[in-house]
Amino acid sequence: MPSLTDEQVKRYSRHILLPEVGGKGQRKILEAKVLLVGAGGLGSPCGLYLAAAGVGTIGIVDSDLVDLSNLQRQVLHSTADLDRPKVLSARETMEAINPDVKVICCQERLTSANILEIIRDYDIVADGADNFPTRYLVNDACVMAGKPLSHAGIFRFDGQAVTILPGKGPCYRCLYPEPPPPGLVPSCQEAGVLGVVAGVMGLIQATEVLKFILGRGELLSGRLLTYNALDMEFKTMPVKRSRKCPVCGDNPTITELIDYEEFCSLRA
Amino acid sequence: MPAKVRIPAPLQHLTQNIGLVEAEGTTVKEVLSNLEGRFPGFHERLYDENGGLRRFINIYVNDEDIRFLQGEDTPLADGDEMSIIPAIAGG
Repeated sequence: MPSLTDEQVKRYSRHILLPEVGGKGQRKILEAKVLLVGAGGLGSPCGLYLAAAGVGTIGIVDSDLVDLSNLQRQVLHSTADLDRPKVLSARETMEAINPDVKVICCQERLTSANILEIIRDYDIVADGADNFPTRYLVNDACVMAGKPLSHAGIFRFDGQAVTILPGKGPCYRCLYPEPPPPGLVPSCQEAGVLGVVAGVMGLIQATEVLKFILGRGELLSGRLLTYNALDMEFKTMPVKRSRKCPVCGDNPTITELIDYEEFCSLRA
Repeated sequence: MPAKVRIPAPLQHLTQNIGLVEAEGTTVKEVLSNLEGRFPGFHERLYDENGGLRRFINIYVNDEDIRFLQGEDTPLADGDEMSIIPAIAGG
């Protein structure tokens, strides 16, 4: 691993001072490769802080363009970026914060046909998608590929997060075996979300990613973290690996990736 | 003192936007019936056509997942806290 330059020693001094990080840990961060699914509400704070931290390679998958309604919370993008592809806007913001970071743009929608190839070269995936079909696709692909996954979801004033370490702990389907039928659970477009909730949960994801890279601390593997902004309450609840889990259980019934139907009358 | 039930955001429109309600019942099933009686619409959101709890919703009693306890027969003592936690996918 190449040693840090003088400029890097200065840039990352607040990390290096931490006994749990040090120069060795910072070099691990610089060598790490993280994939962000979505450059939206969760992906924005996650991407910003991972770039600031010096994660050397950050891939971003998002097929959307920046919309005015995004700017209330998607802090990677600004008014000047309206109608631009989110991945391009994200790359500019992140590389401006930190030239040590190489951002790889993937302006595509994830499907069963492309996801395994897309996630292949990354150390860990952070899921910040905005719909159930993608959440389940990402989970299943990461379990099948043995890829660690930080999952978080938000809705109105609530957030949830869990970290999936395939083979070591429960996956998302151990927690929620099947997605809701289309239309049964409103999306943020329909129900709203307090912008800062995205900030809190996206940063929890970035925290999990950094801890994973450093090999420090206790990950949310086997623990579901729930957050309510109005009560300002965080709770963690144990999650167990289910032996009957359709994808990571003893007798998996899901052995191929699924493209669930997505119902969204409001999607542009 | 009855059990306390945390109502998740996607269901709060059924409980006049109240996030924590008290409900009578000695098991999870009884408490859910009690909620349905007072806030119609609960049953349909929580149960599928075959009468099973929907698989994108988990119920915890005192922070333990009822799937690893006695399911809907999990007993509830006065003052116990039941949380209904659906999957949320916003991002």
